[in-house]
Amino acid sequence: MKKTINILVALVIVAGLFSCNNSESTSNNQGALSSSAAEKVYVAPGELDEYYAFISGGFSGQLAVYGLPSGRLFKVIPVFSQDAEKAWGYNEETKPMLNTSHGFIPWDDSHHPDISQTNGELDGRWIFINGNNTPRIAKIDLTTFETTEIIEVPNSAGNHSSSFVTENTEYVVAGTRFSIPIPQRDMPINEYKGNFKGALTFISVDPEEGHMDIKFQIIMPGFNYDLSHPGRGKSHGWFFFTTYNTEEAHTLMEVNSSQNDKDFIAAINWKKIEEYVNNGGGTKMPANYAHNVYDESTHTATSTMKKEVLVVNPSEVPGAVYLLPTPKSPHGCDVDPSGEYIVGNGKLSANLTIHSFTKMLDAIENEKFAGDAYGIPILNFEDVLAGVVEQPGLGPLHTEFDGKGNAYTTFFISSEVVKWKLGTWEVIDRKPTYYSVGHLMIPGGNSRKPFGKYVVAMNKITKDRYLPTGPEVTQSAQLYDITGEKMELLLDFPTIGEPHYAAGIPADIVAKNSKKLYKLEENMHPYAAKNDDETRVERNGKEVHIYMTMIRSHFSPDNIEGVKVGDKVYFHVTNLEQDYDVPHGVSMIGANTSELLIMPGQTETFVWEPKQVGVWPFYCTDFCSALHQEMQGYVRVSPASSNIELKWSLGED
Amino acid sequence: MKTILKVWTLLLISSFVLISCGENDKKKEPEKIKIKTHKKVESKKIDKKNKIIVDLNNKGIGPVTSITFEPTINTSLAAKGEKLYKVKCSACHKPTKKFIGPAPTGVLKRRSPEWVMNMILNPEEMIIKDPIAKQLLIDYNGSPMENQNLTEQEARSILEYFRTLK
Repeated sequence: MKKTINILVALVIVAGLFSCNNSESTSNNQGALSSSAAEKVYVAPGELDEYYAFISGGFSGQLAVYGLPSGRLFKVIPVFSQDAEKAWGYNEETKPMLNTSHGFIPWDDSHHPDISQTNGELDGRWIFINGNNTPRIAKIDLTTFETTEIIEVPNSAGNHSSSFVTENTEYVVAGTRFSIPIPQRDMPINEYKGNFKGALTFISVDPEEGHMDIKFQIIMPGFNYDLSHPGRGKSHGWFFFTTYNTEEAHTLMEVNSSQNDKDFIAAINWKKIEEYVNNGGGTKMPANYAHNVYDESTHTATSTMKKEVLVVNPSEVPGAVYLLPTPKSPHGCDVDPSGEYIVGNGKLSANLTIHSFTKMLDAIENEKFAGDAYGIPILNFEDVLAGVVEQPGLGPLHTEFDGKGNAYTTFFISSEVVKWKLGTWEVIDRKPTYYSVGHLMIPGGNSRKPFGKYVVAMNKITKDRYLPTGPEVTQSAQLYDITGEKMELLLDFPTIGEPHYAAGIPADIVAKNSKKLYKLEENMHPYAAKNDDETRVERNGKEVHIYMTMIRSHFSPDNIEGVKVGDKVYFHVTNLEQDYDVPHGVSMIGANTSELLIMPGQTETFVWEPKQVGVWPFYCTDFCSALHQEMQGYVRVSPASSNIELKWSLGED
Repeated sequence: MKTILKVWTLLLISSFVLISCGENDKKKEPEKIKIKTHKKVESKKIDKKNKIIVDLNNKGIGPVTSITFEPTINTSLAAKGEKLYKVKCSACHKPTKKFIGPAPTGVLKRRSPEWVMNMILNPEEMIIKDPIAKQLLIDYNGSPMENQNLTEQEARSILEYFRTLK
């Protein structure tokens, strides 16, 4: 019945479109086709989407949440970049989240989100994402859709082959793109070869709380480590990383790192290395990296500097690391749902290369080595090769799987998605993208159980696909239906930042756990005022702390006197509402920071340093109620020398 | 006349805001239509503004249909209610004097216990449909009673606390 209504609504809309646009050109359109595409992406007002898509913002540093199939944007989760709208990195509570060994860093480049798994299937508890530039891994809690932990990765640079999780979220893995001196030191750049190293970092994830901790780093040869994926099923316990620049060049890279006919996929038996370090293996080396944790009960983050990291030299753990020759500067490193096939997307290669996990184990067992690199055995290309997809397109980047025996690969140069069959390696279909597609995403496409209904292609160039907005045009993703033999382009939708990569999950796994508010009785913020009796203003030297509450439609207190020029005034504001979707905001004239946007039951703090004598207003910034415009207050600021006592009130008493 | 208009605008705006924010999705459409009829009915009541409404028979609209008090006040329950009242209600209700909302002292001489419970537990519907709640919204400057998501037991403890406020 519901479906019929949907269809009817869709038809009405389509009819509306036609009647509004009765020119001759539209009558030539493929009416039947486009109407079915419209119907497939149309989510009627009040209806909900079927999937969440978490699409990274690339250079925006954030992670955006969209619905599929509609492509509607729900939320931009601030992760690595300050966000004035939500006070992320502006309020006192979240500033520590952006702390690093280089100090406070207000931005990063967010790339590869990955959702936590249990038994190789998406469990929807957390989503992890990497910051490329100042290497970090963030964890977002999918009950609150807030970033709750960020760990810096030492000995890493251009944290790109990250942040992918193992089958039971034992580890989230962060591989370096750039090799660097480890430890960092002052040395000539042209002595790169043999001296620079690449660190692959295994960060353990606490199964209950999700807390992250660097378990070990494998110090690999000085290649570039581009992307990675875990083994699954039969290959669980292994991790695969693509490499390029096996030439170990350090300049004019587009030429010098593209010389070798084959680079490598590094196969890491992490279970073996885990066992090695659990038995006391590895070396503790001095390091300096930040571990930032947001506590949901105090609504406050703390940043701790860690001083040591455990490193492992792979040549000292026999049988743990092997190199699989793979043509030619491979980008994506993708493992099929069975765990048997490892796809190397050689971006300068004419063909797609697929390795066999079984054949790899066989070659290892029979010790069929072609040589070694810095003590790491290299296997023979032919011994591990499962098959080749012959000339499917130009510039293969990344492959995901539909769980029905098919793989989908993006081709950057020829701007297309190509569907091919695992095992027979035959191309089944190809569809253009608009334009220059990078990654693609099938919900669960990196797990044992993909949900093979849609693929989202994330493009690097949109040019003429949208109304122009000056030289900088929108970024964009495209949605394809992959339920049939042939793919069908359904929808273009704009995205924030560069839609670099994404993770998708059926909405019913996540939505039921989504928190509606923070319970006041669980609020352990040290500066919370949890009822009217606790509101007050305290002076401690030049520091003034205002314990303020907000509820529709007033602040308490709303009149404050006794503040002086030169004071540092902390507004600790608690939202006393206990109803869903009643946030309040607050901002103070002349405060050198953002507003606060405070959810029901939450406490946040901003700092105001008044510079001028006068009576200065503050007000609620989120339209909260019919009396929103009345939600305001005043602070009287007296000269530094004045003797006016602190005084605060609400109403006339 | 001007103030009446203002009150109406507020009432209308707040009703719409309430409806659009409410969780009661399925009922949205019919309620919107009802607002218009309410508007007409209500217009006669505005001049009652300063009267104190007493109605012990109206049980309100919501989950609570019947409350029987023990003859003596359950003091431990009332103490629990007082504590909760402080956290969840006191931002708008002072025990003995009019503030953002009315004072609860003596409320059980004006309202049935069921009405009080339903006003706490189901304010969104009450201020749209219940004649007393609608009048109170006007009397209190269009500040609607808010839903603090208390459980029925929690609301009951607050009701017991109200029994002590005479």
